[in-house]
Amino acid sequence: MHRRFIKDLLEWIRNKNSKTYENIIHGLFLILGLITVGCVVLITVYLIVSGIPAIREIGLIKFLFGKEWASTAAEPKYGILPFILTSVYGTAGAILIGVPIGFFTAVYLSKVAHKRVRAVIEAAVNLLAGIPSVVYGLVGMLVLVPAIREIFKVPDGASLLAAIIVLAVMILPNIIKVSITALDAVPKEYEDASLALGATPTETFFKVSVPAAKSGIAAAVVLGVGRAIGEAMAVMMVAGNVANMPSLFESVRFLTTAVASEMAYSSPGSLQRNALFSIALVLFLFIMLINVTLNFFLKRDKEK
Amino acid sequence: MKKIISLLTAVLLVLALAGCGSKNNAVATDGSTSMNKVIGALGEAFENQTGITVTYNATGSGAGIQAVLEGRCDIGLSSRNLKDEEMVKGLEGTVLAYDGIAIIVNPNNPVSDLDVETIAKIYIGEIKNWKEVGGNDAEIVLIGREAGSGTRDGFEDITDTKDKCDYRQELTSTGDVITTVASNPGAIGYASLASVKDTVKALKVDGVVASEETIKDGSYVVQRPFVLVTKKDAALSENAQRFFDYITSEAANEIISGAGVVPAN
Repeated sequence: MHRRFIKDLLEWIRNKNSKTYENIIHGLFLILGLITVGCVVLITVYLIVSGIPAIREIGLIKFLFGKEWASTAAEPKYGILPFILTSVYGTAGAILIGVPIGFFTAVYLSKVAHKRVRAVIEAAVNLLAGIPSVVYGLVGMLVLVPAIREIFKVPDGASLLAAIIVLAVMILPNIIKVSITALDAVPKEYEDASLALGATPTETFFKVSVPAAKSGIAAAVVLGVGRAIGEAMAVMMVAGNVANMPSLFESVRFLTTAVASEMAYSSPGSLQRNALFSIALVLFLFIMLINVTLNFFLKRDKEK
Repeated sequence: MKKIISLLTAVLLVLALAGCGSKNNAVATDGSTSMNKVIGALGEAFENQTGITVTYNATGSGAGIQAVLEGRCDIGLSSRNLKDEEMVKGLEGTVLAYDGIAIIVNPNNPVSDLDVETIAKIYIGEIKNWKEVGGNDAEIVLIGREAGSGTRDGFEDITDTKDKCDYRQELTSTGDVITTVASNPGAIGYASLASVKDTVKALKVDGVVASEETIKDGSYVVQRPFVLVTKKDAALSENAQRFFDYITSEAANEIISGAGVVPAN
């Protein structure tokens, strides 16, 4: 009934005045597009509004550089330096392991691999991308954590190292897929010219193709950073979640897990809940920073 | 960025859907994750008898109490007694059952009996090696729950170790604690007796095995109440009242015991 009516109405407007019709359609699309923008604005404003009070109450320096977090203690302490450093170290570690593997896989798949091999490996990469993070966490908890305990002879395997390894695996698909797209887009003429000048295929890949695709590869790395720093579930299951200063074999808590693990139990309006929002705000700023970097690389790519 | 936004929107949607209102006259309960098993069993039995559905939202004791206060559910579930400041707000607690908190170790650990004081010393880091309490020469790995968890609250209350525990891991669910203790020979943890499985060994405390009888007669000291939280001055909906009467009646005792906790009524 309604659809029929709207259809008739549009038909009528179109017959009468085609410009009005166009304008209405444009307006409709604009509204739909604005929904996304609205969400971003809403979340940003909400995070800032709910994140600022606790920072004010605790003090910015004390909040960002305090080394102790004890939100439910009789004399609560809200220092998030351990979380910030853990997130930074964890992400850096994941990048250190994940990027070389992802990068070389991408070069191999894009330039060297046989078509069928590529199809199989790409399918595997896509599958890896689709595995829910809780599954990564579970496997990490049951396999990786005991393995670290055995191999390194530490009393417990839940540690920064376990989180780094899980994150490294999780960011692989992002890095591989984006890098492949960048490498595939390198004009074949570049490579042909290099080969014609007598360079070996390997020389060509690393001295011609990779430099030509470097913006795209940088974007892949930044995307990997974004995924690693924002991951909560998998990390929560393998990192131990104690608010220690980061150390490779110690139990650590990330910015994400700090928010996730205490949110359910904190009572609304309390300083604890507000401080969690402040942590979320800090995390949000980190991710904004990563996005700006990403846009910088992508834009540079386009301008070329 | 887009990912985060879509995730947040999804979370908002889920929250909106999960927010427990009394739709279709269902009885909405909200609260302690430790009460999952007992409320699940009671809800199922009640639904079979009356056709009225009981929803359960596992959010945690604090969140459950808050939900009752804000009228977002009929009955709140708390695995600790109400605090004075919560009573003042017009809430009322009715003890449904008692839950023993089992102190669990790896099955390969030769230690099988500790007293509360020793457990407290272990958790505050005064005793660091199993050989000090008659076990193997291995470092003790302390597994606990996250700040705010009802089980952690209960455990730290009973052992008087509030804010002093030197945890190696703070996990966010009972299942995670059991899995971790089961896979680490040096680990010690705590979990609801109801959820303890054969993969871990429950210690005797002061020589008393954690069991239904010892919890009921009070000889097993590491225990806490499961409390139904309602508003003092507001009447429950008809269905919620029926559910409340049913689960606090003797008829429900068998089901409560079946869920591994000790009925209070």
